[in-house]
This record gives sequence, C-alpha cells and structure tokens, in this order.
Amino acid sequence: MRLMSAWFLLLAGITVAGACAAMTLRNLVHCALAVAVGFAGIGTLYLYLGAQFLGLAQLLVYVGAIAVLIVFVILLTRGSDPDLPQPAGTLFLGIVVAGGIFSVVAWAALHSFVLREAAQLAAAPTVRQIGTELMDEYVLPLEVIGVMLTAALIGAAIVAMKEKQDSR
Amino acid sequence: MTALTGCLLASSLLFAIGLAGALTRRNTILVLVGIELMLNAANINFVAFWRFGPHSSGATGIIFVLFSIGVAAAEAAVGLALILAVYRHTKTTDLSRLTGRPQ
Repeated sequence: MRLMSAWFLLLAGITVAGACAAMTLRNLVHCALAVAVGFAGIGTLYLYLGAQFLGLAQLLVYVGAIAVLIVFVILLTRGSDPDLPQPAGTLFLGIVVAGGIFSVVAWAALHSFVLREAAQLAAAPTVRQIGTELMDEYVLPLEVIGVMLTAALIGAAIVAMKEKQDSR
Repeated sequence: MTALTGCLLASSLLFAIGLAGALTRRNTILVLVGIELMLNAANINFVAFWRFGPHSSGATGIIFVLFSIGVAAAEAAVGLALILAVYRHTKTTDLSRLTGRPQ
C-alpha cells in the first residue's frame, strides 16, 4: 500500500485552493487568474503521477491557451454588468447538490472494496511510446479528433463573426 | 489512506467545486470555467487509475486523457465563441437576465 505523500497533499491543496478561489471571487479577472493556478496545479499533479507528457500538455493547452482565451472573453465582455451573487435559495441549493454529490463519491472511494491497488506502479511511457501508440492502435480516434478540432475551430470563428457580417 | 484513494478524493472535491460554481454563479463565463474544472477532475481519475490500478497496461490512461483534453479545448473554444455572440446580441453575460427570470 502506497500512502499519500506530503508532495501530493501540497499539490492537491494548491489545485483545490485555486479552484475554490475561481468559483468564489467576485472580480472576473481574479477568477481567471485563480483558475489558471488551478489548471497548473492539475498539470503538476499529472507530473507527480508520472505522466510527464500529459503534465506538459495540460500546461500548454490549459494554462497557455484556455486560460488566456477566458481572459480575452472576460475583457471583451467587460462592463456589461457587475457579477451579482445568486439569490440565497439558488446558492444554497447549488451548494447542497454539490456537497451531496461529493459526499456520495467520497464515501464510495473510501469504502469500495473494488479499489485494489496494483502490486507495482504502471511504468511511465516515453514520448516515443505514446507517439507509436497514437499512430498505431489509436489512429482512428486521432483522425476523428483532428476533424472535430478543425470543425470546432471553423464553427467558433463563424459563430463569433456572424454579427459583423449581418451589420454590414 | 492510500495514494489512489487520495487522488480520488482530490478529484471528487474538484468536481464538487466545479459543480457548485456551475450551479451558483450568474456569469456565463464562470459557468463554463466550472464545467472545465469538472472535466479536469475526471481526467485526474483516468491518470490515477492508470498509475495505481491493477489492470493498467501501456499508456491507455494517458492517451484517453490526451483525447479528453482535445475535446475540452474544442468545447471551450465553441463555448466562449457562443458567449461572445450572445453578448453582442444582448449586451449581457448574466444568466438570470438571459433567461428572463426575476432577479
């Protein structure tokens, strides 16, 4: 049985703190910065778990692209209206639902007897190995996700540009 | 507590935070951020089960998460473009105003 290390607790704490701050702060730009911290914390968790390629991909895609995209959209829609809190009833209901789901999942994770651990850790694959598997066993999903990303890119551009064409 | 259980607990906590944010925030952008956090929580589970699980082979968990990151990137791009388009029409990103509910 491998026990949790202090490093894991530290990284998980940073991640959860970033996520908490992103969901509770009032200033939207602060929220975007906090969520970038949360994404970076998840990337370091991947590194801790031995998935180096994934950790760096997470940093590139989430901290490098998605967090910046979120900041852009916040600045583009700035000055619409202040971010008011929800009425107390909705707030209470949302927190109760989330808390209930967390307690159910945490109870299952703590009490499940299916969760046996392997005798030895999975070996961390090299980038070469990941590339070979992507080109060999997972080549069809790779093609599909390539097509999907292209479609999403074109779709996002069209959706974001449409208004400009109409007003011309 | 084992390392696998620790990972599962951390990811379920992250999922709950994302869900609470998506349900309680009024700004559309932050709802999208909450959904992204939930996706990331699921990804941590994939990696944890790949690393500590009894039946992991090759790089399955890592490749699944790679595809998941691709899908999440597409989702974020389209979602933020939709928010921008809606903002151009209504000049607001407030969910309560968009749905016309009483404030």
